[in-house]
Amino acid sequence: MANISKKNRRKEKEILNAAKNRRELIAAQLSRRDMIRLGLLTSAGFLIPKNGLSARAPQFGGGGFGGNCFNFYGRGGTPVSPPTTPFVEALPIMPVHQPVTQFTGPPPTANPNTAINPATGLPYEGRTRPHQAFTQFPAQKLYEVHQQQALVSVHPQLPTQTLWSFNGSVPAPTYVAHYGEPILVRNYNNLPANNGGFGIQSVSTHLHNGHTPSESDGFPCDFFAVGQYYDQHYPNVLAGFSSTNPPDGDIRESMSTLWYHDHRVDFTSQNVYKGLAGFFLLFNQFDTGNEATGFRLPTYPDFDIPMIFGDRLFDPTTGLLAFDLANRDGILGDKFLVNGKIQPFFQVKRRRYRFRWLNGGPSRFYKFYITNPNNLSQTNNFWVIGNDGNLLPNPVQVSGVEIAVAERMDVIVDFSAFAAGTVLRLENRLEQCDGAGPSNNIVPAGQGNQVLEFRVVSDSVTDGSVNPATNPHFYDVPPRTTTQKCRQFKFDRRNGQWVINDEFFDCNDVRFRVKRNTAETWNLEGGFNWEHPVHIHFEEHQIVSRNRNTPTAIERGRKDVVRLGENDDVELFFRFRDFVGRYPMHCHNVIHEDHAMMLRFDIDDVGDSNEGCDSNHHH
Amino acid sequence: MANVKRRELLGKFAARQQSAFVAPPTEQEARNATQARYFPNVELTTHEGKTVRFYDDLIKDKIVVVNFMYAQCEGICPGITANLLKVQKILGDRVGRDIFMYSITLKPEEDSPKDLKHYVEMHRVKPGWRFLTGKPDEIDMLRRKLGFSDGNPKLDKDKSNHIGMIRYGNEPRQWWAMCPGQAHAEWIVESIRWMDGPKAQHPQTGSRIGRDAKSRA
Repeated sequence: MANISKKNRRKEKEILNAAKNRRELIAAQLSRRDMIRLGLLTSAGFLIPKNGLSARAPQFGGGGFGGNCFNFYGRGGTPVSPPTTPFVEALPIMPVHQPVTQFTGPPPTANPNTAINPATGLPYEGRTRPHQAFTQFPAQKLYEVHQQQALVSVHPQLPTQTLWSFNGSVPAPTYVAHYGEPILVRNYNNLPANNGGFGIQSVSTHLHNGHTPSESDGFPCDFFAVGQYYDQHYPNVLAGFSSTNPPDGDIRESMSTLWYHDHRVDFTSQNVYKGLAGFFLLFNQFDTGNEATGFRLPTYPDFDIPMIFGDRLFDPTTGLLAFDLANRDGILGDKFLVNGKIQPFFQVKRRRYRFRWLNGGPSRFYKFYITNPNNLSQTNNFWVIGNDGNLLPNPVQVSGVEIAVAERMDVIVDFSAFAAGTVLRLENRLEQCDGAGPSNNIVPAGQGNQVLEFRVVSDSVTDGSVNPATNPHFYDVPPRTTTQKCRQFKFDRRNGQWVINDEFFDCNDVRFRVKRNTAETWNLEGGFNWEHPVHIHFEEHQIVSRNRNTPTAIERGRKDVVRLGENDDVELFFRFRDFVGRYPMHCHNVIHEDHAMMLRFDIDDVGDSNEGCDSNHHH
Repeated sequence: MANVKRRELLGKFAARQQSAFVAPPTEQEARNATQARYFPNVELTTHEGKTVRFYDDLIKDKIVVVNFMYAQCEGICPGITANLLKVQKILGDRVGRDIFMYSITLKPEEDSPKDLKHYVEMHRVKPGWRFLTGKPDEIDMLRRKLGFSDGNPKLDKDKSNHIGMIRYGNEPRQWWAMCPGQAHAEWIVESIRWMDGPKAQHPQTGSRIGRDAKSRA
């Protein structure tokens, strides 16, 4: 032993140190991305030879999370979730909400029910402001919904998940609503005491993008507690009914595909990730749900299928849904769910279908193509008929369509060209390695995320729906008018947090006031290196220009989510009609939203004197 | 400890794969998983020279407010410290009793407990709000786990422009969120008050301090 030289002793100490450091690294459960950030790991996966670290990569059994890159060229991106076999379960179709003839509790009133419930010590109802249009639009249907825990299977190879649901269903039940038929929803909070690690049991449900009075819109600070309910009044009326187009509103403002989800300040990402989201469909005399009438869009529900996409992470050791609380940029999941199941399949007949595609987040941008796995070079075009739930003037044929978080794309896919037995995949080919935005590389067919398998079946079938190739006309875009005000908004990053015009969200801070029944120009600017899907509540906007260019055909209609790319400069036309109150504008990458990329504005009958556009933007 | 836990869980998971239906994790199991992931039990030293364990002594069973700073910071820290002083003033003697404020240094090599004590005295920080330092690599690991790092390594190295958010939470209820350190002090207080429990989850009881909406126009 005495012969061991100093050099050997130092080497021995280094080996011991290396082992100790590796143990600590493993115990620290740093994700692969953390390790790269810390300068400990090369992108090839080797530990950088540093004092006390060996050149062999450590065994990461468990691990942290972070933005795993699904780099489809195979350079990196180790999945975190346990493996699951794709296309083993059928696509679920969410149940339809059924109305009740009367409430089990007290009948609804314009004023909130502020009587104290002795069981909770709180008012029965969480609402704090009266329904402004209660008598003008008396509810013709009543709905009760309970936010509650649900035990859900997302895949047979994963354990049962404990999620949060509306009425036990994840995703939530679908509302089937009609213009001219106001409804009232009594929304109960029955969430459980144990949140399993993330989520908060106070909620505020937002109908995205209803033309809804503020007190029913799910404002971020209108959250209510367990044991309370909150009545939400949805007039289901066209914008302009009391202003530009009395008495029934502007038919060109019709919306078709909406969704609803939690919007509780600071915890939106956690609560929505946990399951609190669903569809709200609006039908009228044109979008009838019956392909023999109106615009003759495929019949609902057999050939009109809502699909909500969500990418999620599951703990590698327990297989349970995991949320990265430390992530401020955006969570990228490595499991792709459609209607709550990982990579399901869907049988289709050889005819046209209407799909209502919704990116439910939390952060990823998608670009969907229809890929033939047995013929990767085949281009399978389809038709976009609606953007953000608004039917376009005419269908637009595409080979692929982008969807940012909260955007909806109504599409028509014609399967009649495919022989029975054909298998097709709905494939996301937009590469994204960073929660804050996609790389904008489109990967080759077959190398993307195949989220759903279509199986063409041989049933003979009739198709009475309109053929988009005949260029049917849906709604005109409402004409733009001169605007009374111009406002400018810069979406950026400040000290690791997300800001709009250099400020953070504060429920009590009214950033500006819009005068009811006026029109405004809003200029939105993206910051460096990030991409933000920006959502403004209450009214649809029109994109006047994007970087001084006219928008593409798909973006020439009305929208409620505008994608703001790096350094993008977008001019929007807005009207603010009929109702008053507080509303937010925010980034719908819900991680950004929760790290303060939101602002409050109020609509009232006074407006303000702020005028915030510089000379580069016209009025 | 984390390795033992993982073996246990691996065993459990293997069993779960056979059964389609399993009981959801208990509150304690979930708390343990959260602690393992985000709150390493590293040893820190307070500005009063006391040694504490991060999870056991500072986080467990508490409502907490955590931010990062350093004594010589001339960028955003003064503004955030000023805000937090207002927060401490509004919350009064709750701070240190049932709400716990912690500021952790980003420069442990520079900020000794004595330096932090000097900072505390200079800014007239009242008791109940502790400033902490520790071993540099453990502090760095702590800030990453708590969500105070930047994805861009260049930006992350620049301490003068560090993450300005405040992490607030209720450990037993497992409510964890962040709010901006440069927000209005009243907004920070309101967010902290939501952590008081179910009754505070209604806008009109407890959490609002009676402040009317402030308009810019």
